[in-house]
Amino acid sequence: MTASPETDPLLGLAASQTVGPFFQIGFEALYQNDLTVDALKGRLVTIRGQVFDSDKLPVPDAVIEIWQANSFGKYAHPEDQQDKPLDLAFTGFGRCPTDAEGRFGFRTVKPGPVPSSTEIPQAPHINVSIFMRGLLDRLVTRIYFIDEASNRTDEILNLIDPERRPTLLARPIAGESDAYLWNIVLKGRDETVFLDF
Amino acid sequence: MPASGIHPPHFYPDYVSSLKRAPSHPRVSIPQTLSEITGPGFQRHQLKIGADLTAQSGGEPAGQRILLSGRVLDEDGKPVSNTLIEIWQANAAGRYHHAVDQHNAPLDPNFFGKGQLLTDDEGRYQFKTIKPGAYPWLNHPNAWRPAHIHFSLFGPAISTRLVTQMYFPGDPLLPYDPIFNSVRDEAARQRLIARFDWDTTIPEHALGFTFDIVLRGRLETLMENRL
Repeated sequence: MTASPETDPLLGLAASQTVGPFFQIGFEALYQNDLTVDALKGRLVTIRGQVFDSDKLPVPDAVIEIWQANSFGKYAHPEDQQDKPLDLAFTGFGRCPTDAEGRFGFRTVKPGPVPSSTEIPQAPHINVSIFMRGLLDRLVTRIYFIDEASNRTDEILNLIDPERRPTLLARPIAGESDAYLWNIVLKGRDETVFLDF
Repeated sequence: MPASGIHPPHFYPDYVSSLKRAPSHPRVSIPQTLSEITGPGFQRHQLKIGADLTAQSGGEPAGQRILLSGRVLDEDGKPVSNTLIEIWQANAAGRYHHAVDQHNAPLDPNFFGKGQLLTDDEGRYQFKTIKPGAYPWLNHPNAWRPAHIHFSLFGPAISTRLVTQMYFPGDPLLPYDPIFNSVRDEAARQRLIARFDWDTTIPEHALGFTFDIVLRGRLETLMENRL
């Protein structure tokens, strides 16, 4: 069938394919699990977790990418036109492969609230993309902070079944200040909520 | 067709690794907020690997030299300029420069199989590399992956982030490959195959292949979500 400009004005998208088991070769040069920079404003936090498959076995060959605003709730991106300060040299991007026990971790700043499509700003959150052998397309989700009161009014969290909402909440790690635990369960009991947009 | 309709399903039993890793719940659809329409940008000084994969050591890698060119566009045909492309691939013998790859084929001391670049103002890119070999894997009896090069692209936002694989025309393994065939739309599958290109073929040096990549049009998607 021939595409006509009237019915099909868009070019055909490139389809996703898995990163496979050897993504380290291409991704390693931009591995970055410490997003902090000199003079970064805000509360520095560590987020650690593990990735599990449907057998609850750790996934040793995943790679996690994060994207976040700074502590003022400003993204280092031209589309963010808010009148809020940027932190020089803070990119908001992190990339971390899992280790042999499926563990990953990031050192970063807790993001501030960013606008939603309503009047009420979104609760602080970090955007996550997950790639691995076995995933033909990435999975996307978000990390929220369990001790954040504004979660109750968050536009996105409120779209999610309350029973499954806790899978997006990072919890403080006992005995360690400013450290949070956030695991990813790919499938089965306590399966993480994944998003589509 | 919704943007995500072109992509393979997460659960695809022919690809055995998907069985324990593909979620069982449907994804939750959310509106695109500032978080989704922004994404990381990269500067030239952050790049650590070149775009000429045949010049990353003292010597010439073994295999057929190829010049791989194309454009990155959005769905409206607008060039996606200054965006990061990362590629990785096996060597000419079908062996990755990676500790996990135990395929009994020779490593090439002159080939690491990785490249990075930023597209130019017209969305154009060009890598020089060697044609990767096919290699066996354990998905099913006598399984072989067709020759392919992994491509990772960001585009302007996290909504446009894409990782894909590029294949070569006429590869006899394509009909048998569950990863290639996980793309259910025939036209979309064909778009993952590069074209041989006389215009970029360098006489007495390298074969030219062209591979254009279309990323999601962010603004288009925003409008759809507002309907």
